[in-house]
Amino acid sequence: MDFGVIIEHLPRLLKGALTTLELVLISGIVGSLLALPIGLARHSHRGWLKALPYAYIFFFRGTPLLVQIFLVYYGVSQFEAVRESALWPYLREPYWCALLAFSLNTAAYSAEILRGALANIPRGEVEAARVLGMGKRLKYRRILLPRAFGMMIPSFGNEIILMLKGSALASTITLLDLTGMARTIIARTYTPIEIFVAAGAIYLLMSMAVIALFRWLEGRHNAHLAIARPHTARSAAQPSA
Amino acid sequence: MIDLQGFGPQLWAGTLITLQLACASLALGIVLGLGGAAAKLSGIGPLRWLANGYTTLVRGVPELLTVLIIYFGATAALMALAGLFGYDAYIELSPFAAGVTALGLTFGAYATEVFRGALRAIPHGQREAGMVLGMGRRRIFLCITLPQVWRLALPGLGNLFLVLLKDTALVSVIGLEDLMRKATVAVGYTKEPFLFYLCAAFIYLTLTIVAMVGIHLLEQRANRGLARS
Repeated sequence: MDFGVIIEHLPRLLKGALTTLELVLISGIVGSLLALPIGLARHSHRGWLKALPYAYIFFFRGTPLLVQIFLVYYGVSQFEAVRESALWPYLREPYWCALLAFSLNTAAYSAEILRGALANIPRGEVEAARVLGMGKRLKYRRILLPRAFGMMIPSFGNEIILMLKGSALASTITLLDLTGMARTIIARTYTPIEIFVAAGAIYLLMSMAVIALFRWLEGRHNAHLAIARPHTARSAAQPSA
Repeated sequence: MIDLQGFGPQLWAGTLITLQLACASLALGIVLGLGGAAAKLSGIGPLRWLANGYTTLVRGVPELLTVLIIYFGATAALMALAGLFGYDAYIELSPFAAGVTALGLTFGAYATEVFRGALRAIPHGQREAGMVLGMGRRRIFLCITLPQVWRLALPGLGNLFLVLLKDTALVSVIGLEDLMRKATVAVGYTKEPFLFYLCAAFIYLTLTIVAMVGIHLLEQRANRGLARS
């Protein structure tokens, strides 16, 4: 191991890490915004309203993220109509394509998490809201959604960590995120072990930071539930597909 | 009907490679997972440490990076090792071997947690009952614990397998001729990226559905002795 190489290239690796964080943050926010209507529609009791989100979620959870990125980056440009549209300057850029693919992907997973949380709200709380004469919208706004957000924080944290790790795929469409930067440096210095280990360590630190952030959020949002709740084991598995 | 321009058989060949990769990684991952769980639950400190380090590291690093580290890193490490013995030829790990190692390591790290949960969910009284019957430790493990671990771990393992199936696409980055790579090659010739990547997506989707049905059947079989609640 030659630590000199790591130290020499650390600034560039950190620059890559910044791009990674940017990708995760923006697609996390856009994905959550998309997940809200999708998850709500998925939670609906009407068959026709459920079908479309179901197909969307099934497609995005059942196919590799790499395929989705390639579909957006390479696939969309196949169509003349896209190349002539006003969106083309954006869809041509790997950065926007990666953001689009990540947002759509995380929206599918988050929507499913939201649906799971909505389905798991104790029946009594829903009935209490109705007894108080709340309309449907008020009920969702004041009772169901805040409660669901509290319940989904741990799984949403897991999803963000998966997103962080998935963002490494941006390097396959020439984006210089942390992995992309590492690969560029290695192509020049040919020190794969040192640089990849350094990049891995940075990823590890970032996921630890995300875990700490969501622990804190959970404690804050669910403070009213903190009275002697039995400690539940954190689920080890990734969200099911 | 969609026109694959003669690339159908190629995609099929790629699908077979993808399946082989998934199955080989699954086998390696289950062995690593059981070993990891045993180490985490053992009374020996260094073993627990090692297993904790393994799961933390592998779960915190992107799968793509693991694949790259194994592929490029293992080549460098193998050559350095061979150099110590005075062997200077160029050694390279095949993409398939590197892929199986990387995906197996990843699966193993997540499976460790699944198996650990399953092992701990078996009531202690059952082991004591085995001891009372005069069974040895090995027999208790093989005849009482292990069959139940299978049943308890199956839902978690099933989810992990679905994730693994999708992660196999990453190995195309290091040049394995899997489904994803075949699709890319076809795109290079035909200049129809949308068609072929969508095709690949639907093949992956089909594999996922088949795997889901298979897991469901296995779960039904594993739970056949249990009263339905």
